Amino acid sequence: MFLCKSQHYRPRASRPSDERNPAILAYILRRFAILILSLLIAAVVLFVLLRLLPGDPANALLSVGADQQQIEAAREQVGSNLPLWEQFLRFVGSLARFDLGTSFVSGKPVVEEIATRLTVTVPLALLGFALAVAIAVPLGILSAVKANRWYGAAISTISQLGIAIPVFWVGILLVTVFAVNLRLFPSGGYPRRGWQNEGQVLYALALPVLTIGLVMAASLIRYIRSATQDVLGSDYLRTARALGASYSQALIRHGIRNGAVPIVSILGIELATTLLGAVVVERVFALPGLGSMLLLAIEQRDYPNVQGVLFISTLLVLLIGFAADLLQRVIDPRLRERATGAAA
Amino acid sequence: MTALDLSADRPSRRHSLALSIGLALVGLNVAVAILTLFWTPYDPLNASGGRLEAPSLLHWVGTDRLGRDYLTQIMIGARTALIVGTGAVAIGASIGVTLGILAAFATRLLDDVMAATLDILIAFPTLLLAMLVVAASDSASLWSAILALGLAISAIVARLTRILAKRVLRQDYIIASRTSGTSWPGVVVRHVLPNIWPTLSVNFALQFGLAVIAEASLSYLGLGAPPPNASWGRLLQEAQGTVYTAPVGAIAPGIALVALVIGMNLLADGLRDVGDPTRGRSR
Repeated sequence: MFLCKSQHYRPRASRPSDERNPAILAYILRRFAILILSLLIAAVVLFVLLRLLPGDPANALLSVGADQQQIEAAREQVGSNLPLWEQFLRFVGSLARFDLGTSFVSGKPVVEEIATRLTVTVPLALLGFALAVAIAVPLGILSAVKANRWYGAAISTISQLGIAIPVFWVGILLVTVFAVNLRLFPSGGYPRRGWQNEGQVLYALALPVLTIGLVMAASLIRYIRSATQDVLGSDYLRTARALGASYSQALIRHGIRNGAVPIVSILGIELATTLLGAVVVERVFALPGLGSMLLLAIEQRDYPNVQGVLFISTLLVLLIGFAADLLQRVIDPRLRERATGAAA
Repeated sequence: MTALDLSADRPSRRHSLALSIGLALVGLNVAVAILTLFWTPYDPLNASGGRLEAPSLLHWVGTDRLGRDYLTQIMIGARTALIVGTGAVAIGASIGVTLGILAAFATRLLDDVMAATLDILIAFPTLLLAMLVVAASDSASLWSAILALGLAISAIVARLTRILAKRVLRQDYIIASRTSGTSWPGVVVRHVLPNIWPTLSVNFALQFGLAVIAEASLSYLGLGAPPPNASWGRLLQEAQGTVYTAPVGAIAPGIALVALVIGMNLLADGLRDVGDPTRGRSR
């Protein structure tokens, strides 16, 4: 702060909170309404999709050669004898209560199975995401600031290469190097007792996390690079410099906050993608996560499981988008003011 | 390309280089794919080689676990990748452009609803959508994968088209054209489509690459085309099991895939420069 001798240079202080709160509150409410609406649309899509699938869901409860009476009883139990609109209301009602039914195959509640699977997928996605951010932020900024040096250009080229490589091949290559040749990490698998044995879990997750981190970093670098370029070419940075701030001070004071606004929404989308992209990585490393649950359910035509995984992943994606949008408003006061103004 | 070579500034030359490399990589792929229609080094089903042979003069990339020539399968994989990419982009482009133009003309409310729906669809990852369609269709085939990827692409194309078309429709020359008696369909054909085409074509090239990756991922997961069709994704999945004894098999199809996707991306970069001379100073 010692360098801000003049009041003029001080960045505009945020306004008193009582003046700001209604705006942000109205925005949160509006955004929340959109979230609920999106969930409803997702529910409709899921409902329609499951009705498109061949066969009556009651069939799963029946053995071959069941008589008419047994079929009726099973349909009553599943609810497939009711009119469509009533089935839909029941469906939405049970989703709202997080009652996702029971698996056709194992007979266990779908929610329980998903909860177990999430203990694999969520740490995998979050650790991979954290690694990607740790790699991409410094490299992305470096490649923008030092665009004319060879390493700046090299970073850009490598990230170009990175977005053209499918994530599963990166996984296979890492297995070839680190598991087959160097024998440092296992080529796949997961400790049976899960997080009761933290060391082994982290050991099993090392290569999958590295895979996700590297692939995601490649695409993140490009976004961070272009956001940094926008900041570097901006008028406010020049003004700050003219008012006496040093280059790095102007960057830290103004650049980070301005550059972070577009990055936050990109990060939200990327995190959601990672969570669902974990399907493929889980397959490469034979991890018992949400993705392998979905694949298995598709293979076994275990529709309650398919529906449950899809609903939970949609919910997670929408929640992440919601959080990213709110965070953007916190970072950028201009967006906050706009939220109450024109409805667009 | 010749127009670009006249400009003396460095970045433009770099972009024309990107275009040339992109054309070369994609062209090589197309050539190989066409070649497989007439000739392959071996019959793809001929299991005459030894099991998991290392690369040799007879089998340049070795053989798979059934003794089939690996190079032959990779070459046929190029054909599969091109069919999927072209098919998916064609479906995505025809649905997407139509929807996007309609949204640009629609009433405010309808437009808002379409925009919101597209945003939700786009938030949903392509691969998951594709898995859904493949799961819903009775048996996995190349066409269900193409359809699924095409639908996912159409949402992205529709959103882009809507934004671009709206920008064009706001121009003065549209009013002039309308006043001089051109019908709305005439305006679309004569002014809107030519103006948004450069940006759209760049996006198509990028989506092509993404579709190729997505198809490979689907086949890797076992949801792609069934065995007689060779796909790079399935080759990689099979090779993963034998990576300890035959590592080449887990590398070669990947290189082919990455070459095609990078080629498409470079082509997109180059097209961007050709299509829009005002851009391309620095990226």
